[in-house]
Amino acid sequence: MSKKILVADDEPHIVAALQFLLQRSGFEVLVARNGEEALQLVEAAAPDMVLLDVMMPVRSGYEVCRRIRERPEWDRIKIVMLSAKGRDAEVNKGLALGADLYITKPFSTRDLVEKVEGLLAD
Amino acid sequence: MSIGLISFAAVAQFAPVVLGGIFWKGGTRRGAMAALIAGFVVWFYTLLLPALARSGWLPISLLEHGPFGIELLKPLQLFGLAGLDQITHAMIWSMIANIGTYVAVSLLASASADEHRQASLFVDVFKQSGEAGGARFWRGTASAPELYNVLARFLGAAGAEESFRQYAAAKGLQWPRDRLEADAALVHYVEVQLGGAIGSASARVMIASVVKEEALTLDEVREILDEASQVVVYSHRLEQKSHELEAATAELREANERLKELDRLKDDFVSTVSHELRTPLTSIRAFSQILLEEPELELEQRKKFLGIITKETERLTRLINQMLDLSKLESGRAEWQDARLDMREVIAETVTGMSQVFGERDIKVEVSVPDRVAPVRGDVDRIIQVMLNLLSNAAKFCDAGRGRIEIALSEQVGALRVDVRDNGPGIDPSDQKEIFDKFRQVGDTLTAKPHGSGLGLHISRQIVEHFGGRLWVESRRGAGACFSFTLPHE
Repeated sequence: MSKKILVADDEPHIVAALQFLLQRSGFEVLVARNGEEALQLVEAAAPDMVLLDVMMPVRSGYEVCRRIRERPEWDRIKIVMLSAKGRDAEVNKGLALGADLYITKPFSTRDLVEKVEGLLAD
Repeated sequence: MSIGLISFAAVAQFAPVVLGGIFWKGGTRRGAMAALIAGFVVWFYTLLLPALARSGWLPISLLEHGPFGIELLKPLQLFGLAGLDQITHAMIWSMIANIGTYVAVSLLASASADEHRQASLFVDVFKQSGEAGGARFWRGTASAPELYNVLARFLGAAGAEESFRQYAAAKGLQWPRDRLEADAALVHYVEVQLGGAIGSASARVMIASVVKEEALTLDEVREILDEASQVVVYSHRLEQKSHELEAATAELREANERLKELDRLKDDFVSTVSHELRTPLTSIRAFSQILLEEPELELEQRKKFLGIITKETERLTRLINQMLDLSKLESGRAEWQDARLDMREVIAETVTGMSQVFGERDIKVEVSVPDRVAPVRGDVDRIIQVMLNLLSNAAKFCDAGRGRIEIALSEQVGALRVDVRDNGPGIDPSDQKEIFDKFRQVGDTLTAKPHGSGLGLHISRQIVEHFGGRLWVESRRGAGACFSFTLPHE
């Protein structure tokens, strides 16, 4: 069974790109447009990985990350932060909140897919 | 005339100052200097100058008719004083000048406390040594502890201790282990130390009170008062200076705070800008790479991806242009046309310009303008920029398919008012202030984040305010938004 990845980003074009890239690599892709939707989808669809934008309406990516890590049963969910905010402090904050990886935008598509595949192969 | 007598007259110039220095307390250093200079000038003029003239170094007419023909200034008969021999004549005039200057300058320029003290030491030298041995040759009943107590009262125990230790060290003793002899040197030393703290005259009196019973003389009281008033003036000046310094420090602190705040704002701005630039770049890069790696893509999808790249490139360009525009506005380097405007024409022009966008989104536009309006002043391109910004915002947020925009122009007291009303989702009152900030967009949970730089309204408001108008919004959640601005009448 193909692995499920939830993409949470409020930029429709970035979502479209991620959706295309991940589906092409054989993943099932769910899309959330904001932090609240992302949490609902994690609850409802139990994805294997969440790709989280940091600057999202309603709830930020940091908050979504923190809330996922609060629930022990969601421990196995890999979290990749994906953000245009690339300062050290922001990267460290994401990792401290329990993200497995922090990728800054713009990213290399090949690099991103390789990292996602690597994390999910564990 | 002999050179000896001329020299004698020269040496005699020192006599008043030396005698005054010994016997007159009021004499000052400046007075003495002035006296010497005055005496020597007259001596030179009445004795040396004639000698030079006679020997042919200077024209002889100087002696016969005075300098520049002024008879009163003839060197040998100064101010008409004739009939005396040259030496007597010179002595009389030079002494008058010398003594007169000494007394006048000394009295006019009051002596400093230090000079007073010095003068008193010289002038009263016989009185002091005659009565009780004086400060220097004093043999009396004071003890070192008593002197120490006096010093401690004014300098504090620590200061007094330090002073005594230094004094003892200078004498090769260890204080307080070794007993100090309360001799004239110690008394003098303590007096000097005290003088630094309370003025020399007061110090002398304080010391006197310890070493011997002695009534204050009127003279000494006057000196103390003199000194005190000098200290008061001085401390007043110090106080003023310290107030000035305090004010300057406060100003500097404030400036520093402002700079820090500016720095923080700049930091935020750079961070936001880089975020805003990275977002379109992310889409552009991702789709470019996809197109590069997937030569087999269907034509339809290819077109769609290229469309996205184009759109995001436009967004990037717009953002950069607006940022440049904003920086021009904020630095005051923007060039403004100031012309007479007919707002009806501006509205007609912008509505025509936007007609394609309105058509694409199927938006109905209603324009209501009076037949005649008073002209306003402004920069036509800038006002069109404001209108375009408001109209494109309205178009962006209108309900797709049943969008409706109303544009109204009306006269107000002293100004024209333009309203642009849409039937979009509206703006929460809590967000209404923020949307005019830089890079502030109100995200909507249901619709996608609107495209735009987040600078448009900020720039528009700056433009309207430049021409003395106001730009604001009235809206309720779910009831559309109405952006209005005014421009003052010409």
